[in-house]
Amino acid sequence: MAANYEYEEAAAGEEGESGGYDPNYVADSVKSFVVHMYRHIREKNVYEIHQMCETSFQSLSERLFKETPWPSVEAIAPYVDNDHVFCLLYREMWFRHLYARLSPTLKQRIDSYDNYCSLFQVVLHGVVNMQLPNQWLWDMVDEFVYQFQSFCQFRAKLKNKTEQEVALLRQHDKAWNVYGVLNFLQALVEKSSIVQILEQEEDKEHFTSTDGYDYSGGSNVLKVLGYFSIVGLLRVHCLLGDYHTALKWLQPIDISQQGVYTSVIGCHIATIYHYGFANLMLRRYVDAVREFNKILLYIFKTKQYHQKSPQYEQILKKNEQMYALLAVSLSLCPQTKLVDDSVNSQLREKYGEKMMRMQRFDDEAFGIYDELFSYACPKFITPSAPSFEEPLVNYNQDAYRLQLKMFLYEVKQQQLLSGVRTFLKVYSSISLAKLAKYMEVDESTLRTILLTYKHKTHSVDSNGGIISNADIDFYMNNDMIYVVESKPVKRYGDFFLRQIAKLEGVINDMDRVKLE
Amino acid sequence: MGKEIESPQEQSSYTVEQLVAVNPFNPEILPDLENHVNEQVTSQTYSLEANLCLLRLYQFEPERMNTHIVAQILVKALMAMPTPDFSLCLFLIPERVQMEEQFKALIVLSHYLETGRFQQFWDEAAKNRHIFEAVPGFEQAIQAYASHLLSLSYQKVPRSVLAEAVNMDGASLEKFIEQQVTNSGWIVEKEDGSIVLPQNEFNHPELKKNTGENVPLEHIARIFPILG
Repeated sequence: MAANYEYEEAAAGEEGESGGYDPNYVADSVKSFVVHMYRHIREKNVYEIHQMCETSFQSLSERLFKETPWPSVEAIAPYVDNDHVFCLLYREMWFRHLYARLSPTLKQRIDSYDNYCSLFQVVLHGVVNMQLPNQWLWDMVDEFVYQFQSFCQFRAKLKNKTEQEVALLRQHDKAWNVYGVLNFLQALVEKSSIVQILEQEEDKEHFTSTDGYDYSGGSNVLKVLGYFSIVGLLRVHCLLGDYHTALKWLQPIDISQQGVYTSVIGCHIATIYHYGFANLMLRRYVDAVREFNKILLYIFKTKQYHQKSPQYEQILKKNEQMYALLAVSLSLCPQTKLVDDSVNSQLREKYGEKMMRMQRFDDEAFGIYDELFSYACPKFITPSAPSFEEPLVNYNQDAYRLQLKMFLYEVKQQQLLSGVRTFLKVYSSISLAKLAKYMEVDESTLRTILLTYKHKTHSVDSNGGIISNADIDFYMNNDMIYVVESKPVKRYGDFFLRQIAKLEGVINDMDRVKLE
Repeated sequence: MGKEIESPQEQSSYTVEQLVAVNPFNPEILPDLENHVNEQVTSQTYSLEANLCLLRLYQFEPERMNTHIVAQILVKALMAMPTPDFSLCLFLIPERVQMEEQFKALIVLSHYLETGRFQQFWDEAAKNRHIFEAVPGFEQAIQAYASHLLSLSYQKVPRSVLAEAVNMDGASLEKFIEQQVTNSGWIVEKEDGSIVLPQNEFNHPELKKNTGENVPLEHIARIFPILG
């Protein structure tokens, strides 16, 4: 079954119940927090804003708001000149805290959507003149998509809904409507002209080099929200099962390079996770393996630096999920040279045995493919509004079940290939008749198996060309099969270049040495 | 709201490709996309992006789904093999719709093509003629896929294997082979009638581009100061 995302999704909690929560009471530390935050935002002190979001907000939440929401926006508004935009930002953090620590009611979910609408409208009308930390801007887009996904799951569980909830759902049919969500993300991408900015980076635009920040007195908010919305659209399309379009949206961002997406680790991981998953479903296994390898190596080297951050748990979770996806990809498309040693040893540790069993393609193997896919896949959604006809059922698993079924169907088609691979490893040439006898099939069946092998190991790349993913390949001449093993090519050229440069360095150093 | 919904008059001045690129999350374009599918069928063109856009809109508003159009999209996707377009479309079609007879038949046909079982494919296709009789170019597209797959796998292929794959014999097979000889570089072996397929890196491993050893000029340029 699909694992839960970061937060718990228990039955709807009550507003203002736990431990005598008074939404109007503002502790001194909270007053101080909002006053300082407001000042830092007005003064465009990005570093301080970042510290307040990452550290102060978390420690205050831990100390005072472990089981209750923060004070209502009406209560803190007087301390910040009733600033409209600040109040929208405060409410964004308020709801994010609610989703993380408590369970939102239906009314709260709807209110949160309204808040995002208002906030994005303000940004889209271009009246915002702030510089906000990338981490916060990413958190906004990330949370927006997360709450949408959460709402679709929530809405699809109709069975135990009360009459009031059903009435409220019917009444507020625009809240978290899929058109609304997608159009907002697209509007942010378009209004910010981020695609054109990224295209013109070589000549005149400076976006990546400044990490998206505007050093000429302007605002980074629209541009960076537009940029992160690209990743948002990648994510939503994966949730819908449209992997081709998901990757198309991501195209403006060059993931072979550093960029603003790597400036926030949560964004970096979300981008590569969804890129890899989409490629896996598109059967472009090599592309998936390559990117999973890179990010897993990166996390391996850098996770110690994020131990204190609020994103740490999520980083670890995604790390584990990507190892599972890597195990699946390599079982479907064995590769010898794409995975780094440190990643490979972790992979063997976690999934070595399961990978062996998956490559047997028997019933047990399908069970493992099912298990790993279900553990690691995104939480797919049914985007359409429910029909409220009796009997009310839960259909929140439908989308996931469809994607799982399609995936296992593909796995099943590849069932015969591992048998062929074993024989191809052993022979340099063999007649069809002989191989058919060993595999206990007739010749014409063997021909179809060999064609399947060719088809499944040769994928169509984004330009329409054919690339071979086969670690071991063959060709046929009438009735004979000739095996071709792809040997890893030794790169002598690079080796010599490096050694030449190194020797030059040593000679220069020696020249500098003065002898007594 | 981000995007304003345009009136139908303004919309018809955009091509469908433009609509899909600029305004994909708009339920008003659904009729245009449906018409576009019919156009693809009659004019033997194909647009994956437009069809995915339509399937998404059907996902958002299932009551508006037109299963006949969905079937046409799937037939066109089948004709686009070896790309995985057929699966891409299935990802967006709810399970209960996939259980309908016409879709079950299409899925079986796709399965045969995915696993190189051309004989079973043509047998099954014959039983379901009504599904693709209305889609011109269907046979040719599948025959092109069959030729493609054979070219990846064989240097020389027995005539009988080819005949089974493209579902032809006698005079029509001769004509087909002649066309390929002229257009695609096929050669017919005189002794046994088997077909020598054009050389490519997949059936002739020695032709595989040895990317490993190419050192770009920029890299060499870095050591010019040392050598000079």
